[in-house]
Amino acid sequence: MSIWSEARLVAGKDLRIEARSKVALTQVLPFGAIVLLLFAFALDPDRGILTKAAPGLFWVAVLLATLLAVARAFSIEEQHGARDALRMSGLDGGAVFLGKMAAIAVELLALELVLGLGVVVFYDIRIERVGVLLLAALAATLGLAATGTLYGVLAAGLRVRETLVPLLLLPVLAPVMLGATRSFEAALGGTTSDAWPWIELLGLFAVIYVTMGVLAFGPLLEEA
Amino acid sequence: MSVVCLRSVVCLLGRFPALTGIDLTVDEGEIVLLSGPNGAGKTTLLRVLAGLLPIHSGEAEVLGHDLALDRRSARRSLALVGHETGCYDDLTVAENLRFAARASGRGTDAVAPVLGRLGLERLAGVTHARLSAGQRRRLSLAAALVRDPELLLLDEPHAGLDADGRETLDAVLAAAPGEGRTVVLVSHELERARALADREVVISGGRVQPETPVRPETEVDPPAPVAAASPAEQPAVPDVSVAT
Repeated sequence: MSIWSEARLVAGKDLRIEARSKVALTQVLPFGAIVLLLFAFALDPDRGILTKAAPGLFWVAVLLATLLAVARAFSIEEQHGARDALRMSGLDGGAVFLGKMAAIAVELLALELVLGLGVVVFYDIRIERVGVLLLAALAATLGLAATGTLYGVLAAGLRVRETLVPLLLLPVLAPVMLGATRSFEAALGGTTSDAWPWIELLGLFAVIYVTMGVLAFGPLLEEA
Repeated sequence: MSVVCLRSVVCLLGRFPALTGIDLTVDEGEIVLLSGPNGAGKTTLLRVLAGLLPIHSGEAEVLGHDLALDRRSARRSLALVGHETGCYDDLTVAENLRFAARASGRGTDAVAPVLGRLGLERLAGVTHARLSAGQRRRLSLAAALVRDPELLLLDEPHAGLDADGRETLDAVLAAAPGEGRTVVLVSHELERARALADREVVISGGRVQPETPVRPETEVDPPAPVAAASPAEQPAVPDVSVAT
């Protein structure tokens, strides 16, 4: 099998598990929605601030939900010795990385779609440039999923992984937060040229972490 | 032809020397029983053979691949049935087996015969989470067989199985040499396992006991189990510094 076929196999397996367990639907999505609602409650007295801060608040909610999605993606490998079975399977480490990353990315895109609708409705904002927003969201999601998958396997097998992953991941994802928020702001009222440098930053970040993941995931899985 | 060839293999679990100089050769088509007291290093040895644990020193070759250099290639042609199933709770029996088959590069048409062989057809659509302990053991063995391994490593395969399951397992083991499979198994059900095995290797204190013939020169009956030597009777561990 090619690396792409193997990646599709792993992604299909992870997505099937999520579809059947409904953890993403019943826990990750409500968590993101609750975060958005809490921001709304906290900033409600000043509607102007809420509208202005909407891009940042949206991505903070997505980022926190990413932590749950990453934890879930690796917790399924901890049960019943599945991680050892994955190591024994003969699958290429890079393919496993791409598959798990793709599954997380699909879940995050679905989450962003729902949370984005929530932001439009509850925060009363109007998106001027949907294309810019979609492009930025795609690049940011790839960066989040790639980084999450890489740091997820780094902490896999450790008893402190639940607390270690956020500690490692959140600082690393600062450029994604920055670029995604600025792009979102440009989609709300700026120009496409305002967003472009940030989208490039998001794209570069994603490329770097996808490359690192493909190269490093196999050895890290062996050591986990 | 040797499927397994270990020379003075040392494996440390943290600072604890789990294997302290194992020499073992297993030929193609053999069924070898590893026996010995709890904590002797039997499971560790199986995990070393499966390429799941690195060796600290010595030489380890499995299926012609040096485990120190290329564990992944060896893994493609072997399967380990351990204490856990390695399957996913939210996937059905058939889905778990299809994933194992495709991951090992085999087609999903390998699944149906294995389901039938292990009596799992009626459970094909049941998720792993809903299986009993015995059914999970069968699934674990099925997930190994669906890979059509040249080397089958079994850790307490009879544990948790009912009478019918044990019969099925014994039939699978008895058929293994004819299917070109080599088997290394660990079992505390010694009488049952001895009846299936070509020979028995006793492990104690992380090494093969000297009384156990590693490679019989002539056809002989399987040796009687040898009582585990006390640590004081064992030779010193070479080349390993152990901080206590």
